[in-house]
Amino acid sequence: MFNQAKKIRDKYIREEMWPSIFCTGCGIGNILNYTLRAIDSIGLDIDRTVFCSGIGCSSRLPGYIEADGLHTTHGRAIAFATGVKVYRPELSVIVFTGDGDMAGIGGNHFIHAARRNVDMTVICINNYTYGMTGGQVSPTTPAEDFSTTTPYGNLEEPFDLCRLAIGAGAPFVARWTMGFPYETIAAVESAIQTKGFGFVEILAPCPTGYGKANELRDAPANWEWYKKNTITRIDLARLSPDERAANRKIVIGTLWQEEKPEYVERWQRLVQRLQAEDEPATPS
Amino acid sequence: MSRERDYRRVMKVLGSREQFAQGDVACAYGAILGGCDFFAGYPITPATEVAEAMAALLPRLGGAVMQMEDEIASLSAVIGAAWAGSRAFTATSGPGFSLMQEGIGYACMTETPCVIVNVQRSGPSTGQPTEPAQGDMLQARWGTHGDHEIIALAPASVQECVDLTRLAFNLAEEYRNPVLVMTDGEVGHMREQIVLPAEDEIELVQRRPPTDEPGAFVPFRAVQGSVPEMATFGTGFHTYVTGLTHDERGLPATDDAEKHTKLVRRLVDKVRDDTERLTRVEVDKEEGAEVGIVSYGISARSAAGAVRIARAEGRKISHLRLISVFPFPERAVRDFANGLDRIVVPELNLGQICHVVKEALEGEAAVELVSRIGGEIIPPKEIVRALVEGGEKV
Repeated sequence: MFNQAKKIRDKYIREEMWPSIFCTGCGIGNILNYTLRAIDSIGLDIDRTVFCSGIGCSSRLPGYIEADGLHTTHGRAIAFATGVKVYRPELSVIVFTGDGDMAGIGGNHFIHAARRNVDMTVICINNYTYGMTGGQVSPTTPAEDFSTTTPYGNLEEPFDLCRLAIGAGAPFVARWTMGFPYETIAAVESAIQTKGFGFVEILAPCPTGYGKANELRDAPANWEWYKKNTITRIDLARLSPDERAANRKIVIGTLWQEEKPEYVERWQRLVQRLQAEDEPATPS
Repeated sequence: MSRERDYRRVMKVLGSREQFAQGDVACAYGAILGGCDFFAGYPITPATEVAEAMAALLPRLGGAVMQMEDEIASLSAVIGAAWAGSRAFTATSGPGFSLMQEGIGYACMTETPCVIVNVQRSGPSTGQPTEPAQGDMLQARWGTHGDHEIIALAPASVQECVDLTRLAFNLAEEYRNPVLVMTDGEVGHMREQIVLPAEDEIELVQRRPPTDEPGAFVPFRAVQGSVPEMATFGTGFHTYVTGLTHDERGLPATDDAEKHTKLVRRLVDKVRDDTERLTRVEVDKEEGAEVGIVSYGISARSAAGAVRIARAEGRKISHLRLISVFPFPERAVRDFANGLDRIVVPELNLGQICHVVKEALEGEAAVELVSRIGGEIIPPKEIVRALVEGGEKV
């Protein structure tokens, strides 16, 4: 495991950026590791891959990768990524984002990109908080949880990001916790290989921001919380109908997969058709 | 022309060289003749026709046109496409321009070539959607937060919508900076005769590619002049682009006062120091005149009418039309004001560029305003009256 991590690090990490900004117990570094392993395993050409991100802790990830990176404005990573991909379809585009960045300020771009179905992979690291600014309530913070801006408890209901993605039309949607490295790596691989908008939500702890207010101050406590509060799709299917209906745990696994027309391919077909109309082939 | 696009094919799509065309459509023509191959926008009156024209024309030339979910996304997609190698633009009006301020700042900080056409309408807020105004002129200069420099051009005719949009693409590439085409609802919606440039009149300035190899290339170091070479995505240079304060390698250096100062000064100076080269004005100076007009955009046409009327009445009047508004052509304005006692500035706002003129003149001549808001252009006679009796004090 360690040797492989070192191999991945030597191959893909931008050394000048080390050490990272991440706090002790933070899960974002693990997600970088999982993503790079997925890239390595499917043999993605790193010279032809662009990493986009918005603002927040998870959005710092492109800086750590020795590749083209576009660290953009808050919430807009997916919109920037759309421009990159549509103009240069031969590039692979991977977006790193967080719950605040993607579902808060960037929610509109997220649902429209899922609907539009431009070929890209969006990896959302959901830690239930605005970590970079010190632990404010986010669109995914569970109700009644505490944060610096909900000192008496959160009165709002959280988004289920995967249901949102499915409802908006994403053809690949998966959710894992960082406690499932191999499943997460496989999900990222599938998302990259999906011809269209691939979405992977990964629950990862923020002991410093979210944890300090919710008795989850260290990594083990967070991992325990994930174990207690999540259920795989397969385990859920094994429950009786009544138990399933009563389930309040977060469902993890591949939650949606379908084939649907991809935007850039459609655009290219349109261009070909119009150009053929404008310049009919010379009759032989 | 760039990217397998030859003039013959472009003209087959655009139609004849001489046309009776609308200002917004002329912006689309200018963009395409300026090598544009990516457009992203969002519907807004009175700029929608730019998007409609691009949607009809650009796919036939192989380019991409996207209607995004809002104006923020539009400029974001434009910037992403620019880093992927495109000559990209968007078009909007006041409310959308307000939303784009975020992206304009990002493009300044990351030195991304891009063009924004703002068909100005009457504000603030939703205001008068179909009516012309020049109320976004200082927002164009200062709208995004932080120190930055902007290039802004102001077409006064449909022909200039073609010419200045085309120019904007070249300037964006050369300076690696956002370039604003500040038209308005009147110029955008009026129809006039235009003549599209001949093949030999078209020159496409391209961003300079890296002269060093990947690994040796330093992406935000200006080796020649003050504009760095640009390694677009997918070319093996592993360029990291961030809106954070960054060093010459492009890596964050947010707590380094010296690096921040060096970066932001270079971003500002690369445009400001080239003001003379970027200056485009039309001077109509009359010997012995003591009163002059400094105008721009649609109000320059009212001003030209006023000059004709006043001269017919036997008055001596000089007129300076600003075609480039930012970086502000200070020297041209000062040269023009030499020997004049009073300068009248007509604008479709309550006074914006008049203040910049006043600052440039440092009291050398009195600056007066002819102001009109509400959606009508300025009748030339109002300017004549100000020339004779004096305008609003600035």
